[in-house]
Amino acid sequence: MAIDVATVRKVARLARIAEPEERLASLATELNGIIAWIEQLNEVDTEGVEPMTSAEAVSLPLREDVVTEGGDPEKVLSNAPRRTGDFFVVPKVVE
Amino acid sequence: MAGLTDLTLKAALDGLASKAFSSEEITKAHVDAVEAARALNAFVLETPEKAIDMARVADARRARGEAGPLEGAPLGIKDLFCTEGVRTTACSEILGNFVPTYESTVTANLWRDGAVMLGKLNMDQFAMGSSNESSCYGPVVNPWRKAGGNADLTPGGSSGGSAAAVAARLCLGATATDTGGSIRQPAAFTGTVGIKPTYGRCSRWGIVAFASSLDQAGPIARTVEDAAILLTSMAGHDPRDSTSLPVETPDFASFVGKSVKGLRIGVPKEYRVDGMPPEIDALWEQGIAWLKDAGCEIVEVSLPHTKYALPAYYIVAPAEASSNLARYDGMRYGLRVDGANLTETYEKTRAQGFGEEVKRRILIGAYVLSAGYYDAYYLKALKVRRRIADDFDQAFGKVDALLTPTAPSAAFSLGEKSDDPVAMYLNDIFTVTVNLAGLPGMSLPAGTDASGLPLGLQLIGRALDEGTLFSIGGALEKAANFSGRPARWW
Repeated sequence: MAIDVATVRKVARLARIAEPEERLASLATELNGIIAWIEQLNEVDTEGVEPMTSAEAVSLPLREDVVTEGGDPEKVLSNAPRRTGDFFVVPKVVE
Repeated sequence: MAGLTDLTLKAALDGLASKAFSSEEITKAHVDAVEAARALNAFVLETPEKAIDMARVADARRARGEAGPLEGAPLGIKDLFCTEGVRTTACSEILGNFVPTYESTVTANLWRDGAVMLGKLNMDQFAMGSSNESSCYGPVVNPWRKAGGNADLTPGGSSGGSAAAVAARLCLGATATDTGGSIRQPAAFTGTVGIKPTYGRCSRWGIVAFASSLDQAGPIARTVEDAAILLTSMAGHDPRDSTSLPVETPDFASFVGKSVKGLRIGVPKEYRVDGMPPEIDALWEQGIAWLKDAGCEIVEVSLPHTKYALPAYYIVAPAEASSNLARYDGMRYGLRVDGANLTETYEKTRAQGFGEEVKRRILIGAYVLSAGYYDAYYLKALKVRRRIADDFDQAFGKVDALLTPTAPSAAFSLGEKSDDPVAMYLNDIFTVTVNLAGLPGMSLPAGTDASGLPLGLQLIGRALDEGTLFSIGGALEKAANFSGRPARWW
């Protein structure tokens, strides 16, 4: 499953990373090198094996659905690239 | 008082307890050492005023008879841990001048116990790397050099700043994190001790996320006992991390010095890889002999899926990273690069803010998770991960711990592997299996190679059995009697 320039362009778009056109070919080569090396996983028989999504055998804990912290907009906004009052300023989302 | 920086953490705590010196004195000695060692680039932010303030508070607490277990001990903090009011960047431009308004649980535990912060330590960007070269602040230089040489070597990664600072006597110990070997490989490259505890031992809350099912915090220190003292403070259940295990934290230092007689030590034959330097093989044999002398029984074991751990890791970790790092969108914190519209703003921000290795991993992650490839790559890797964990389960039916080399080489030159991602990834060949299975792993210095560079041995234990690793580590440390330290050139 070789990765071509069109695939790199698509994946970069999905990942929201602007990759310049001239960089796509070399990225495809790099990613193919890594993916080709990863393909050796196909040698492993995984028939009937349960996928392992966590290193812990315990189920996730539940807690009461109550507010534990919050109510401090100054803290939340203190690193905002742009703000007005108690709001983040972001580019226009809906035309 | 330059001699104060040569003390182990244990000796420093004893000296503080007996009032041989104050925290302000030992902290000042370290502040001066940090300032004099800028050529190493180990610290990305020095906080000398904060350090002295914390030291004075520690001295006052001790005077009142309220000293905590780490009262007055100056430490370095990897820049992956959020520190309230102190810039935290994960050594990435995308976090810019991010100043957390909260403290990570692990560092909060250290301050609760009286530790003093000297500053933030350099690392591979977002903890992605094995040489420290992906840091946006430039690489850390290993304080160790080849005998008779003056070429700059890597301290390893991603916790290269932590390992270099501890080896160069800039701090008594440091926090670090390990997703695929990022505590143990730098420890091996710098002649220091590092332990990645069982997944869930340390809270991940407030640590900048890389791959959440693999990330664990742990200490780097100069002795096994020092590492045990630090881990005891760092660990503990935290309701704010749903994967934090609700278990008691033992006094890990109490395990150091215990007899290891009768323990069964497994030697996995699959860790003998082609092209491994003969010195590392010889050191491994030496480690086996030391443990035999200490009364351990050596058992050959098989971990048949070992060679598949790295390729599985390079699906699982980038997949989780691509999802975790989606949060860096330039809207709420960190860098924002304006574009013509929202999407372009996202794309430009992330293109400029992330380093090349981070982008590469996000792209791989997005690819293996994308429609049509999910089953072939991601699901397959999760199944192989299960196979690797099952291998360990089988082995731990027969043995109490495993002994392996930590890394396939000694420290290499900066720049040597930076053009070949796969060659760089192979650094983690012996360490990454442990992250996939969630087990504890420790690296300790055991000898040097022909050019005088330190080499490490790794101990792997059962889940939540760090205590046994500290006992065996203590026995190995005593037998190896590793007293090497980098000659000061900086």
